[in-house]
Amino acid sequence: MEPLERTLDDIEAAEPQRETMLVNIGPSHPCTHGTVRIVVEIDGESIQRADVQVGFLHRGFEKMAERGTWAQVFPYVDRCNYVSPLLNNFGYALACEKLLGIQVPERCVYYRMVLSELARMVDHLTCTGAMVMELAAFTPFLWMMKGRDMVYDIFEEETGARVTHSFGRIGGVAKPPSRGFKENVAAVVVKLLEIVDEVKRLLYGTRVFLDRVENVGVMAAEDAISLGWTGPTLRACGVPYDVRRAHPYLAYDQVEFDVPVGQAGDCYDRFAVRLEEVIQSARIIEQCLERLPDEGPVCVDDPRVVLPPKDKVYTTIEATIQHFKLIMEGLKMPAGEVYSYTEAGNGELGFYIVSDGSGTPYRVRIRPPCFLITGGLEHLITGAMVPDIVPCFGSLNMIGGECDR
Amino acid sequence: MGKLKERFLPVIGQAEEEGVFTTRAEDLIAWGQKYSLFAYPFVTACCAMEYMSIASPRYDVARFGAEAPRFSPRQSDLIWIVGTVSQRQAPILKRIYTQIAEPKWVLSFGTCACSGGFYDNYATVPGIDKIIPVDIYIPGCPPRPEAICDGLLLLQDKIQTRDRTPGVVKPRLDPASNPKMGITRLPRGSKGA
Amino acid sequence: MAQALIELLQTKFADAVQETHAMRGDETVVVDPTRWLEIARCLRDDDQAQMSVLVDLTAVDFPDRDPRFEVVAHFHSLGLGHRLRLKAKVGKPDGSGAQIASLTSLWASANWLERECYDMLGVQFSGHPDLRRILLYPEFEGHPLRKDYPAHRTQPLVPYREAENIEKLPPFGPDEGMPFGRRWRDWVPEEDDADELLGGSKGQH
Repeated sequence: MEPLERTLDDIEAAEPQRETMLVNIGPSHPCTHGTVRIVVEIDGESIQRADVQVGFLHRGFEKMAERGTWAQVFPYVDRCNYVSPLLNNFGYALACEKLLGIQVPERCVYYRMVLSELARMVDHLTCTGAMVMELAAFTPFLWMMKGRDMVYDIFEEETGARVTHSFGRIGGVAKPPSRGFKENVAAVVVKLLEIVDEVKRLLYGTRVFLDRVENVGVMAAEDAISLGWTGPTLRACGVPYDVRRAHPYLAYDQVEFDVPVGQAGDCYDRFAVRLEEVIQSARIIEQCLERLPDEGPVCVDDPRVVLPPKDKVYTTIEATIQHFKLIMEGLKMPAGEVYSYTEAGNGELGFYIVSDGSGTPYRVRIRPPCFLITGGLEHLITGAMVPDIVPCFGSLNMIGGECDR
Repeated sequence: MGKLKERFLPVIGQAEEEGVFTTRAEDLIAWGQKYSLFAYPFVTACCAMEYMSIASPRYDVARFGAEAPRFSPRQSDLIWIVGTVSQRQAPILKRIYTQIAEPKWVLSFGTCACSGGFYDNYATVPGIDKIIPVDIYIPGCPPRPEAICDGLLLLQDKIQTRDRTPGVVKPRLDPASNPKMGITRLPRGSKGA
Repeated sequence: MAQALIELLQTKFADAVQETHAMRGDETVVVDPTRWLEIARCLRDDDQAQMSVLVDLTAVDFPDRDPRFEVVAHFHSLGLGHRLRLKAKVGKPDGSGAQIASLTSLWASANWLERECYDMLGVQFSGHPDLRRILLYPEFEGHPLRKDYPAHRTQPLVPYREAENIEKLPPFGPDEGMPFGRRWRDWVPEEDDADELLGGSKGQH
């Protein structure tokens, strides 16, 4: 055996070569909710740099909106934030109504509010469920899916579809509440609150869960504001901004509810704020159900905006012409531009619409809350460890349809 | 040893035409495959909501044996393409499909995966069958969980009979031919005019 | 309350403000694009404005006008509660020369919003740290949200497979289902199309 060229002391004294590794957490990955690629440069387990690439679900929504009529945009808008499609529907309907300068009747206002809050509950349950499932808490996910299916039953009864409803109309909604709506909703809300309570009792005392989400992915309030964050993620950082409180629309200034606000801006706060918002949504629903009138129109009574009833279309000439013009040419929006915003599941969902006076939209721009929230992901995970990406990403509620449109 | 021409069968060196024992063995293998599908959920868009519903307690996919999602193409034999595949996502889909080992099946879930849906624009692949061969098409936007169960059962039948022709899930009761739906008869006379 | 903002801008930057309006209550100011960054900084730092959030940044394409694009930014103040829309007109009628200053030094949200604006419409933001495509892939040529990019022109990354019984294109033309009064700049029906659509014998059914 020949002697070695270097001694053990020399080897130990030399600095180990450290190279960073580029890892692609690819677009088809369970924890990235399908369509985000995160390219991380890691040194061991800690992330030095991250590049978040979105756009794998870009479906050209804004271009498609320019090809149809104003009412044909509703199905596209549904599929933006597909966990709470009614919030998108009504947000777009409110934007068009703002440009037209019309107000919907009272029954429609409360009906829209109840459906919006149900959709918001579904959004928060799905987000928190998916987040904890990725942290290996599979049971709460199944409980939340059970609750979600109950809400889907109500949506199916009211709108005809479980997930993508296309229920909003400019000037109202597609059809009035069905018989038994109030009892069904009240019963389901009770069950959903029980599920939230069970989840809290299971998770809030579990060390295994808390250690993964407390003090992970901390975002300071100034950074969040500068990044354009809104919604539960901003409220978790301590900023009490809720569009329903700050700039009320529909009848949100007449119902009582609290706005849950977090303190640390970590994943735990984002999770807890969403669960508390489910409880507040239940309060809003209860109050709106009391005030929802049992009869009355659900659409504005304006023939230039709303389709006439079908039996009149087949029997009177005025209704036929009105129907024809609304379907073939689209309802005519006055020329101009407007920006209207509502509180969607992820924050301030804005619609900036530009009209040239014809029945076809000139430009429909969605201001997507989770696009800007995902823009902050890089800030959150730089310096953290690779497993921290999972709760951070899950707590942001990145919905591909809204982020990439 | 010679090259392995056919699957290993307990009856070796017998006649080349299919005997009773070989068909029974293949039936047994197919039975095993169909009731233990390891699915790779290639989830992109809104159909994910219905995918979550079917994996949930109410519309349970575990009763068909297809419950276990495997997030690695090497460990799965069925790929569910759930939701719209954009042009940017297409190379990734193709790569994942080629990484799955034979035998593999493809289930196209939702109208966007079957035909592009109503996104006939610059950004979307008009149906994943332009890129990879598909075994079962489940249309719907999104399809109801019952339709997904139908698709899975149809796939299981095809696996059992070793049929590789593509199949499409149709509604169980076609609404247009159902007189109780009243579609072909409009209410005569107006109620208020 | 946002009327005070318009007055503030008109006093401080009187030569830069081109027009103002407040349609449906949204106060809007159109400014000279060369003063974009300065005005935005004033909006963020001034005590009367305190615009803490850049809510949205996008552009609208008007191919008939010169300048062609209108870059639109919406601001919101968390402290004072008011909002403002700031617009600037950039770009030549053929689509080139759409340049404006980047707001990334003032608000972090401008980073991705400007990347998206560049991706979809081709507006260049000078001073942006990393201006590349965000929603589309780097091999994509053109800017799809411009009015002269036809919506149905695909640029596939993976070539479509050759197999029988696969429909390559939808069975209808790109004009299917379109409402009557719409303006369609990028697809002009040719004579043979009309021929085919009408059954091949020049209009006789």
